[in-house]
Amino acid sequence: MATAPVKFYQVGSFAVGNRLLPPEQRSIQSDAERTNALTSGHRACQGCGEALGARYALDAAMRATDGKMIAVNATGCLEVFSTPYPESSWRIAWLHSLFGNAPAVATGVAAALKAQGRTDIRVVAQGGDGATVDIGFGALSGMFERNDDVLYICYDNEAYMNTGVQRSGATPPAARTATTQAVGPNPGNVFGQGKNLPRIAMAHEIPYVATATVADLRDLEAKVARAMEFRGARYLHLLVPCPLGWGSASCDTVRIARLATQSGLFPVFEAERGELVSSTPIRQRVGVEDYLKLQSRYGHLFSPKRREDVIDHLQANANRNIWRYNLVNADTKNADLLEPGTLS
Amino acid sequence: MKKPFAITLEVESSLANHTGSWRVERPQYVNLMPPCNNACPAGENIQNWLYVAEDGSYEAAWRALIVENPFPAIMGRVCYHPCQTACNRAQLDEAVGINSVERFLGDHAIEKGWSIPVTAQPTGFHVLIIGSGPAGLSAAYHLRRLGHEVTVREAANALGGMMRWGIPKYRLPREVLDAEIKRIADMGVKFELNTRVDNLESALKEGFNAIFLAVGAHIGKRAYIPAGEAAHILDAINVLHDVEDGQAPMLGRKVVVYGGGNTAIDVARTAKRLGAEESIIVYRRTREKAPANDTEIKEALEEGVLIKWLSTIKHADAGVLKVEKMALDEKGFPQPTGEYEDLEADSLVLALGQESDLSLLKDVPDLEVEDGVVKVNSMMMTGHAGIFAGGDMVPAERTVTTGVGHGKKAARNIDAWLRSIEYVGHDKHDIVEFKDLNPWYYSDAPRTVRPRLEGARRASTFDEVVQGLDESTALFEARRCMSCGNCFECDNCFGVCPDNAVIKLGTGLGFEINLDYCKGCGICVNECPSGSIVMIPEKS
Repeated sequence: MATAPVKFYQVGSFAVGNRLLPPEQRSIQSDAERTNALTSGHRACQGCGEALGARYALDAAMRATDGKMIAVNATGCLEVFSTPYPESSWRIAWLHSLFGNAPAVATGVAAALKAQGRTDIRVVAQGGDGATVDIGFGALSGMFERNDDVLYICYDNEAYMNTGVQRSGATPPAARTATTQAVGPNPGNVFGQGKNLPRIAMAHEIPYVATATVADLRDLEAKVARAMEFRGARYLHLLVPCPLGWGSASCDTVRIARLATQSGLFPVFEAERGELVSSTPIRQRVGVEDYLKLQSRYGHLFSPKRREDVIDHLQANANRNIWRYNLVNADTKNADLLEPGTLS
Repeated sequence: MKKPFAITLEVESSLANHTGSWRVERPQYVNLMPPCNNACPAGENIQNWLYVAEDGSYEAAWRALIVENPFPAIMGRVCYHPCQTACNRAQLDEAVGINSVERFLGDHAIEKGWSIPVTAQPTGFHVLIIGSGPAGLSAAYHLRRLGHEVTVREAANALGGMMRWGIPKYRLPREVLDAEIKRIADMGVKFELNTRVDNLESALKEGFNAIFLAVGAHIGKRAYIPAGEAAHILDAINVLHDVEDGQAPMLGRKVVVYGGGNTAIDVARTAKRLGAEESIIVYRRTREKAPANDTEIKEALEEGVLIKWLSTIKHADAGVLKVEKMALDEKGFPQPTGEYEDLEADSLVLALGQESDLSLLKDVPDLEVEDGVVKVNSMMMTGHAGIFAGGDMVPAERTVTTGVGHGKKAARNIDAWLRSIEYVGHDKHDIVEFKDLNPWYYSDAPRTVRPRLEGARRASTFDEVVQGLDESTALFEARRCMSCGNCFECDNCFGVCPDNAVIKLGTGLGFEINLDYCKGCGICVNECPSGSIVMIPEKS
């Protein structure tokens, strides 16, 4: 009987692994021998997106660098929950200094390695959105501008979660935080403020900028591997839902990240030297409401009175992303959104 | 140990911190009942054999399949696949073509000549089976696999029952039927052809330890239709039987078939193939109410068979029938309207259902017959100890697959009865519904449609109408299975745990939760594509 290649593997590449694929084509996370850069026993909350995202990204970086890697960490949840004295969850070379200076410390580590002729050892810096977008922004911009050989990873959970959910420059409009309460005529964070750091990074025309989420592991791993092919400053922005700060169920962390991408609120793309080179198309488009409803930080948009105007405004933002990053194929661009609740 | 200034504790890993103590719920791996398995009248473990087939292990898949059903090649042709009607994938794109994969495995096994060894120790028990239709053959197969001696007595001159005499060969080629029966004969089942059992009492005295009755239902039901002397009225089962014998009856140019079941459709399609210009089915009720399978109705219509719904035949005469139109009343029952029309017909074939010939049961004590069928208990045993019955002669849906299921169930109970133990089946797991799955992870793929002969072309031949899949399309189809309620090792739980609290045990062994560290967040449950992890509360 003639055999023809079958290009269909039950779960394609959406799942973490796939027994029908040869091992080298499976994700790094499916490998029982993965680095586990951030190991068990850390004190992150149940369902922490940041803990998941950090392991995904750093395990991929360890694979790409063959284990020759030093990580520099800013202050924040990730640092606090992983290293309560005297324990450490890190199974990689890891160091922490201050809240705002991770990019500068990473620059120094890279310079020291260069001085020692050890450019085979790569440097990764990482921090939350507070350390990246606000407190460490000056140091980060300098690192970009000098094109230092560092991959900076921002784990964006859209507020200062460690200190009690205060607004950051990455908090989205209308979201409730401890400092943007759901009160007054325009409850939650205001529209028109905040920073879009991937675009700011692109404006520095550094070799590589990309966004990713914990909902698409294969995409995230591919971007880390791609980032490691460049020398110079690189920036990876990961959306990592926070059950505590967002007021979502701990089991919904991956689902919420998926809905952020499928609604268009969080565009997934990559750029090289300031130019957009690819974007991940939406597979099953949903309205923003499907995403918002799962999070109590947006609860005031639905009760006691439904705020159609605010929901429409957020939908308009999502639609703008869809056009700007070309997230929907031309033939489906004008197609109606999926019925609410169709995507789990 | 001397420590640096201000350092009082040893440096250690966070592994010392057992975060499992935070947990109030824990994830648990489960095996649930996929809807396909639940719907299968033969009790096949469909999800399992599809899983085995997915990596190309066709022989292993076939061997897993025949644990429940010895006739995959026949099933892949004549089964009405309630599994596909139940399939959860229908709610994503289209149901998995289970039936076509089953046929592929069955045909592949015939092509490769795979046989079935009898490995059980001989028990010394001898079971008599009366009738060699699907129920009888299935019982013979299962009893033989369990180590019993089996003798099958068949009144006709060939084996297969309704699979041979009722199902036309354009649906079930005889080489396929013969090949799958031969495999059972090769296992050491003794067949006695042309051996009608008239008297059960005397058979009992021959020393059989148990008897399984599976004589089927092959007497056409009669309805009183006023008819002129020259009216040409035939019985559907006889027509199909004669065609199989190579003595096709003269039906004429215009044939009318009366009835709405699968036999009516079979005979109307057969009439077309015998050269009738017009083959018309007359049925009292509507298409929705017709017992015939919808696929068969569709294929018949494609071949040019005409169907007059809501019509009854009031009078038959030579060359012409008087047909009365019916109308549905408010309760949905057809009622006569008094409107008549004449329908030209060279012959009228009655397909109004079949009855069993139960004459062999006379004088058997304790046997209960009701509405023309034999009563059996949950063990398939009749009122007479040691005499079991199944197939069309007991109350049930009359399909090949149901018969095969009866044969299996009876065999397992006969086995237990002979050994003086009680047969205990598996507990039924909860059924997995579409809402229990996470379909995001299944990539989009429409069903592979089996090539079919064009309606007009096939209506003139007895060639098989539905063709099989080749290997690549069968594999594609198998891989469309979503493995509802059963882990297929996609590694999602292992990957999505923020606490590395899922242990991968290795290929085929699945996963385990590391309860020292699992915080009970439930992401693994949410992201499991097949719904095979559930959260259960911790004991307080």
